[in-house]
Amino acid sequence: MPLLWLVLIVLALGVVGYGLGRHKAMTSADGDVRHLHSLPVYYGTNVSLFVVVPALLVMVAWLIVQPIVINNSVAADIPASAIPESSTLGLVMSDVRRVADGLDLAVTQGALTSAEASGLQAGVSDVRAILADVGVALGSDVSATTLSAAQEYRAMASTANLAMTALVLGLAIAGFVYAYGRTNKDFRARNVVEKAIRAILIVAASIAILTTVGIVLSLVFNTIEFFKLYPAADFFFGTTWSPSFGGGSELGVLPLLWGTLYISVIALAVAVPIGLFAAIYLSEYAGPKARGIAKPLIEVLAGIPTIVYGLFALLTVGPLLVNVFGSGGALGVDWMSGASSVTTAGLVMGIMLIPFVSSLSDDIINAVPQSMRDGSLGLGATKSETVKQVVLPAALPGIVGAVLLAASRAIGETMIVVLGAGAAARLSMNPLEAMTTVTAKIVSQLTGDADFASPEALVAFALGMTLFVMTLGLNVLALVIVRKYREQYE
Amino acid sequence: MYDNPNLERNVAQQDTKISARNVQVFYGDTHAIKDVNIEIPARTVTAFIGPSGCGKSTFLRCLNRMNDTIDICRVEGDINLDGENIYDKRVDPVQLRAKVGMVFQKPNPFPKSIYDNIAYGPRIHGLAKNKADLDEIVEKALRRGAIWNEVKDRLHAPGTGLSGGQQQRLCIARAVATEPEVLLMDEPCSALDPIATSQVEELIDELRDQYSVVIVTHSMQQAARVSQKTAFFHLGNLVEFGDTGQIFTNPQDSRTESYITGRIG
Repeated sequence: MPLLWLVLIVLALGVVGYGLGRHKAMTSADGDVRHLHSLPVYYGTNVSLFVVVPALLVMVAWLIVQPIVINNSVAADIPASAIPESSTLGLVMSDVRRVADGLDLAVTQGALTSAEASGLQAGVSDVRAILADVGVALGSDVSATTLSAAQEYRAMASTANLAMTALVLGLAIAGFVYAYGRTNKDFRARNVVEKAIRAILIVAASIAILTTVGIVLSLVFNTIEFFKLYPAADFFFGTTWSPSFGGGSELGVLPLLWGTLYISVIALAVAVPIGLFAAIYLSEYAGPKARGIAKPLIEVLAGIPTIVYGLFALLTVGPLLVNVFGSGGALGVDWMSGASSVTTAGLVMGIMLIPFVSSLSDDIINAVPQSMRDGSLGLGATKSETVKQVVLPAALPGIVGAVLLAASRAIGETMIVVLGAGAAARLSMNPLEAMTTVTAKIVSQLTGDADFASPEALVAFALGMTLFVMTLGLNVLALVIVRKYREQYE
Repeated sequence: MYDNPNLERNVAQQDTKISARNVQVFYGDTHAIKDVNIEIPARTVTAFIGPSGCGKSTFLRCLNRMNDTIDICRVEGDINLDGENIYDKRVDPVQLRAKVGMVFQKPNPFPKSIYDNIAYGPRIHGLAKNKADLDEIVEKALRRGAIWNEVKDRLHAPGTGLSGGQQQRLCIARAVATEPEVLLMDEPCSALDPIATSQVEELIDELRDQYSVVIVTHSMQQAARVSQKTAFFHLGNLVEFGDTGQIFTNPQDSRTESYITGRIG
């Protein structure tokens, strides 16, 4: 039975269970809602939950486990001699799955009857041609081992599917019988439903957390793998970055960290004053009308994809800077040779961060109680004195938090750097020279034909880990500061 | 019905400090203050009483133009401070507020040290020539705010760490430190317990020597205790204004009588 039908049947059972459960509860209370422990809705929901949730959970678990189990048992039957010299067990198994899927497809399209499909023999019939007819292209003729493995695969899969269907339907019916049997006017259906809702919320929260843990673990294991191949001291303290896939690369992280920090500092130097002043204007000076127009307009900046900022850096800001600082430029100096430079990327990244800083600071400044401003104005302070001496100091911890969040954004930014800052890893003080960052190098190490077991590719994970630790530290710091600020007015 | 009705108050005939003529206040379309005329004498405590929403706080905020910070608020009529119209275009509200200080309903110390809270006004108005001068101003203000003894050992602790009553006296000291001529108080004791209230009331009585004090209060006992003049507001109108003793014992208007005997409000 196709999966969709199974799901639909279970859901339909759930709907029927809802109606029946509700009806039974009402009947047991002689049609008077006041005699029920819970509202009728809860009795219905309770029954449908017991029908749908266990059945579908088991189905999902089965679907995850089934291919693994079948794969392993079929793979165990393939003799080592049947694996060609240039191939691996994994490649043979993928051929087996392909043939099995192809045969299934052929049966559904009517090119073969199911009896014919299971009776096919290599050498007797041309399996490759039959499958090509139904749109499954195979790389080579199907060997006897592959075909028999594929047949075994199909047989096991169809048995398993049947078993799963029976189990899922059985569970749905069992759930219905159990929940329906419990339904009467004194049954505390609301408590059960509330618990189920809490479970749903917990699952949602855990998925987010578990994903983070998974990402971190994958980074950690690959990083450990990298440090087995390349000494950690050379990675953390090396001042040269010259990967070569032929071997003998030097993978020192310092030039990349330097580029990352240099660009981030320039970006923050642009974003913090502009963003903060914009926030002060919006929250303290602008009338409701100006605020209503200006705030969304500033936040439009936050909606621009970073690749567009990258293009802006590459095609507009870079050439503009060359026209000023390059040879034959407006200043008559020759400080800048190409459009890509730390300043180019830093300026554009700063523009990208403006809405970040201004929006958060605006919220924080607005959270300063009006009574503070009244107190200051009532003493004869001017508006700017009030802002400078009362509002900003009160909002300062929150603003620092906003700046740190912006900083971790800047450190993790990739596209603007790839397009705006160049690709040369160097340790230099000149802001008009091309440099590169950790993120840009992660991209370049993982794109292209890299062997994933070489240190040159694995270094990307070590870089990612370094970056992760840095931004995590900044975020934690920002959160601590913001939390401290929150306590101040309570 | 009063704690200590002192009917024989010596209200010396004094100069008028603030006089209001035909004052109207609008919040958008709402007519909040209707045609108020009042003469507030110098070196006297004047109490504004009346039920909630009667406009007494609004009128108080007109006296130092704090209503300017509310966009939809519009004030008409004349309010003269020492004969000069404070709503004249040539008057800078910032300078006016240095002369007419304000203490708010809820204590609102700045998130700074006690010292910096007091020194805030003198610093922005340049009242101190040097550090020693400033120290002296701060001490004098804290003494006048009747809080010096409690905080003299921790002047550099944050002002927000004080108790509610101490915070309010700190705010009064802060207002006094800028040497205003008039002190406006908007229900200064509403957030305080009885002990802190009596401390603040004593303080108000002492401040009368040097300042004109205008206090908005919901407590008629408090008005009777601290003020020499009382104004009764009702629905945006100034119903009755006169000596406190007379208002509380022999009100001329039936609405005043109803209010102070607890029949309305």
